[in-house]
Amino acid sequence: METTLNIAVGILLDGLAYGMILFIISVGLSVTMGLMGFVNLAHGAFAMAGGYVTVSVMSGFGVPFLAALPIAFVVVGAASVVFERLLYAPLYRAGELDQVLLTIGLVFMAIAAFTFFYGPAPKPIRVPDALSGSVDLGFRTLAAYRLFMVAVGAVMVTVLWFGFERTSLGAKIRAAVDNRRMAQSVGIDVDRLFTLTFAIGSGLAALGGGLAINIMGLTPTFAIQYLVFFLIVVAVGGPGSIKGTVVAALVLGITDNAGKYLYPDGGAFFIYAATIAILIAKPAGLYGRE
Amino acid sequence: MAASEPAVGTDAAAGFLLQRHRWHPAEALPWLIAIAAFFVFPGHLALGTQVLIWILFALSLDLVLGYAGIVTLGHAAFFGTGAYAAGLLSAKLGWGEPLTGLAFAGVCAAVVGLVSGWILLRYRGLTLLMLTLATTIMLYELGNARADITGGFDGLTGIAITPLLGAFQYDLYGRTNYLYALAVLFTLFLAARRIVYSPFGQAIIGIRENVRRMSAIGSPVHRRLVTIYTVSAAIAGIAGGLYAQSNSFVTLGALSFERSATVLIILILGGTGRLYGAFIGAVVFLLLEDHLAKLSPAFWEFGVGLVLVLTVLFARRGLLGLFEDSGRSIARLWR
Amino acid sequence: MSAPILETRELHKSFGALQVAREINFSLEAGARHALIGPNGAGKTSFVNLLTGVLRPSSGRVLLDGKDITRVPQAERARRGVARTYQINELFRGLTVLENVCLAVGERTGACNNLWRPAGAGRGRAVIDEALGLLEALRIREDALKRVSELPYGRQRLVEIAIALGQRPRVLLLDEPAAGVPSAESHIILDVIESLPRNIAVLIIEHDMDVVFRFAQHITVLAAGAILTQGSPQEIAADEQVREVYLGKDTHG
Repeated sequence: METTLNIAVGILLDGLAYGMILFIISVGLSVTMGLMGFVNLAHGAFAMAGGYVTVSVMSGFGVPFLAALPIAFVVVGAASVVFERLLYAPLYRAGELDQVLLTIGLVFMAIAAFTFFYGPAPKPIRVPDALSGSVDLGFRTLAAYRLFMVAVGAVMVTVLWFGFERTSLGAKIRAAVDNRRMAQSVGIDVDRLFTLTFAIGSGLAALGGGLAINIMGLTPTFAIQYLVFFLIVVAVGGPGSIKGTVVAALVLGITDNAGKYLYPDGGAFFIYAATIAILIAKPAGLYGRE
Repeated sequence: MAASEPAVGTDAAAGFLLQRHRWHPAEALPWLIAIAAFFVFPGHLALGTQVLIWILFALSLDLVLGYAGIVTLGHAAFFGTGAYAAGLLSAKLGWGEPLTGLAFAGVCAAVVGLVSGWILLRYRGLTLLMLTLATTIMLYELGNARADITGGFDGLTGIAITPLLGAFQYDLYGRTNYLYALAVLFTLFLAARRIVYSPFGQAIIGIRENVRRMSAIGSPVHRRLVTIYTVSAAIAGIAGGLYAQSNSFVTLGALSFERSATVLIILILGGTGRLYGAFIGAVVFLLLEDHLAKLSPAFWEFGVGLVLVLTVLFARRGLLGLFEDSGRSIARLWR
Repeated sequence: MSAPILETRELHKSFGALQVAREINFSLEAGARHALIGPNGAGKTSFVNLLTGVLRPSSGRVLLDGKDITRVPQAERARRGVARTYQINELFRGLTVLENVCLAVGERTGACNNLWRPAGAGRGRAVIDEALGLLEALRIREDALKRVSELPYGRQRLVEIAIALGQRPRVLLLDEPAAGVPSAESHIILDVIESLPRNIAVLIIEHDMDVVFRFAQHITVLAAGAILTQGSPQEIAADEQVREVYLGKDTHG
C-alpha cells in the first residue's frame, strides 16, 4: 500500500529524471539563443538524431549503451557544424521569422527522413542490466534508470557549470552573451565561438536524446513532440543562463510529471498557463539578461 | 539637383496614393478562377471549399504577420475558437442558422484576440513567440481537458446547419458550401483590402517598418497592434466557423500547433504583405497536398520542409514575389 | 523672460554604477536656439532619451510647459509636442518619402485612426498637402515618390527632419543632424535648421563647433553626465574649463 510520501517520492524522482533530460537537451539551445539570438526550432531534431544514432550504433555494431552515448554526442555535434555553416549562418542577421521558418522546415525534413529510414514505430532500447530494474533503498525501491538519470544530470550540471564559470572558453561565451559587440571588440571571434558552442550544444542534445529513449521513447515525431518543452525551458529559464536552464528544466519536469499523475486529463494546461504568467512577469526569463 | 524635373503636384501625389487602392484589372483574376472552378470541377467542390477556407485563414494571418510584422505561432487559437464556437452553437445549443453562426464564431474569436493581444502584444521576439505558442497550446489542452464538451480527439459531431438564407439547401456535391464560402471570402477580402489601404493600414505598415520611430512620432503603437490583431482574430474565427459548418465536424486539430504551422507555411509560400499571397499559397499547397500526400506522406512532409527551407533562403517573397520578379524581367526584355 | 517650455529638475539616471545623468537642471526657452555640446560619452544622447521618455530617470523631474511629464511615455510626449531626430536615421526605408512624412502628419491629426477610407481620399488630401508642403520647405519635394532607401544619405537626413516637423512640434531635439552627411552637402542641413520656424524651441546636439557657433544663442556643456557650464557662445568660447574638457588639460590653448 503506497503512502502519500512514497507516491510523492516517486513523482519527485521521475520528475527529476525527466527534468535532467530536459536540461541536458535544452542547455545547448539556451546558450546558442543567448549567444546569437538564433531561434533554432530544429534543436529537438538533433536530440532525436542522437537517439537514433545511439540505437543504430548499438544494434549495428554491438556497442554497449554507455559507449554509444558519447558516439552520438560526437557524430551529431560534428554533423551540426555542417548545418550551422551552410544554413544557419546566412540568417544570423535575419529576423526571427526567417529563423523560425528555416528551422521548422528542417524539422519537417528530419521527421520525414527518419520515418523513411527507421519507420514510424517506437525504437526499443536495451539498457545495461545494471541500469534496469530497481534499486532497493530500504524504505522504498526506486527505478535504477531514474536514479542513473539524476546522477548523470547532476554530473552534467556540475561539469557545465564549471566549464561555464571557470574555463576561458566559458568566460568568452559569457562575455559574448552579455554583449556581443563588446566581446568582438576585445578580440573574441564570436562567429567561431558560436560554431563551437553550437556543436557542443547539439552534441549535448544528442546525448540527451540517447538517454531519453528509455524514459520518453523514440519515434520520428520526437523532434516536434517535445519541442515546446525545450522552448519553454529556455524561455522561462532565460536564454544564455545555465542556472536558468537547470531551474526551469527541473521545475518543468517535476510539474509535468506531477500533473500527469494527479490531473491526467488536463494537467498540461497549468504548465502553459504558468509559462505565460512567468513570461509576462519576466519577459527575459527567470535568469535572463534584460 | 535636376532642374528639369517638374515639382510633384498635389494631384500627382494624391493620385499615387489614391490609385494604389483602385482595383487593378488583374485583381479580378482570382475571383474569375474561383467561379470558373465551380463549373469546371464540379466533382471537387469539397476540396475547393477547404481551399477557400484556408485562403481566408491565411489572409487573416497576413494582416498580422505580413502587414503588422507580428511573428506568431499561435494563430490557430482563433481559428479553433471560431470552429468550436460555431460547432457548439449548433451541436449543443441547437442553433443551426449559418450566418449568425459565423458571426458568433467571429465575435468569440475576436474576444480571445482582444484579450490575448492586449496582454501579449507588449512583448517582442522570442518572448512573444513563446507566449503565442503557449496560448494556443493552452487552449488546445483546455479543449482536451473538457472533452466532454468539445468531443476531444474524437471530434465534435452533431453539427447541423439549416439552409442558407432559408432557401439554399446543402447538397451532397458541396455546391452550396462552395458558393457560401466564396461569398464570405469575398466579403471579408473586401474589408481586409480597405483596411490595408486606409491610413490605419499605413500606420500598421509603419509599425512593421520601424516601430521605434512610430512611437517617437506619437503613434499609439500598442493600441494599433491590438486593433489589427483583433480584426485578424475575427476573420480567422470566421474561417474556423466555415470549417465547422462545411465539415459538420470539428476536432482538436483546429486548435493545434500543426494548424498554426501550416497556415504560416501557406502564407510564406504564397508571399506575405500583399493579400494575394494567401490565395496563391493556399491553392498551390492544398492542391499539391491532395495529390502528393496520398502517394507518400513521408515524401510530402520532406518536400514541404525542403520547399520551406529553399523559400526562406532563396525566394523570400514567396511565389507572388517570383511572379513579380519574372514579370519585371519579361517587361525589361520586351523593351 | 518667458517661462521655459521644457525643463528638467535634478534629473538623475544611473545604470548600476554608471551615472549617465547627474542632477541635471536644464531649461529650454520657447523659440530657443540652444546647443548641447560635450565630449564623447558625456551623456548627450542619453539626456535626449530622458527628455523624450525613452529612458526613465532614476530620480528628478521633466516638465513640459510647467507640467510634470516624468511618468508620461514617449508617444504621449510626442503628441504633446516633443519631437526628435536620431543621430543615425530612423526612417521607414521601404516606403516613399511622402509616405514617411504622411505618417507623422497622419498620426498627429488622427487620420491614422481611420480604418476605412483609403489614404489620400477625402480628408486625407489635407494630410498629403501638408506633407508636400514640408517637403517643399526642405527642398526635397521632387523626391516625394521615391523610396527612401534609394536616396543618397544627405537627402535621407532631410527626410529624418521632415518627419519630425510633420509632428508640428513645439520642441525639436536634433541629435547630430549633420552626422554622416558628406561635408559638401552639410550646408543644406544647416540652412534647413536655420530656417526652422521661430515658434519651435530647438535643442541641437552637435560636435561641429562651426555649426554650434553659427546656430546657437545659448549653449550647455555636458561632461560625464553633468552640466559643466552654460552660457552664450562668446562665454563658452572663452571658457577655460570647456577647452580642458574637450582638449585635455595638457594642451596649449
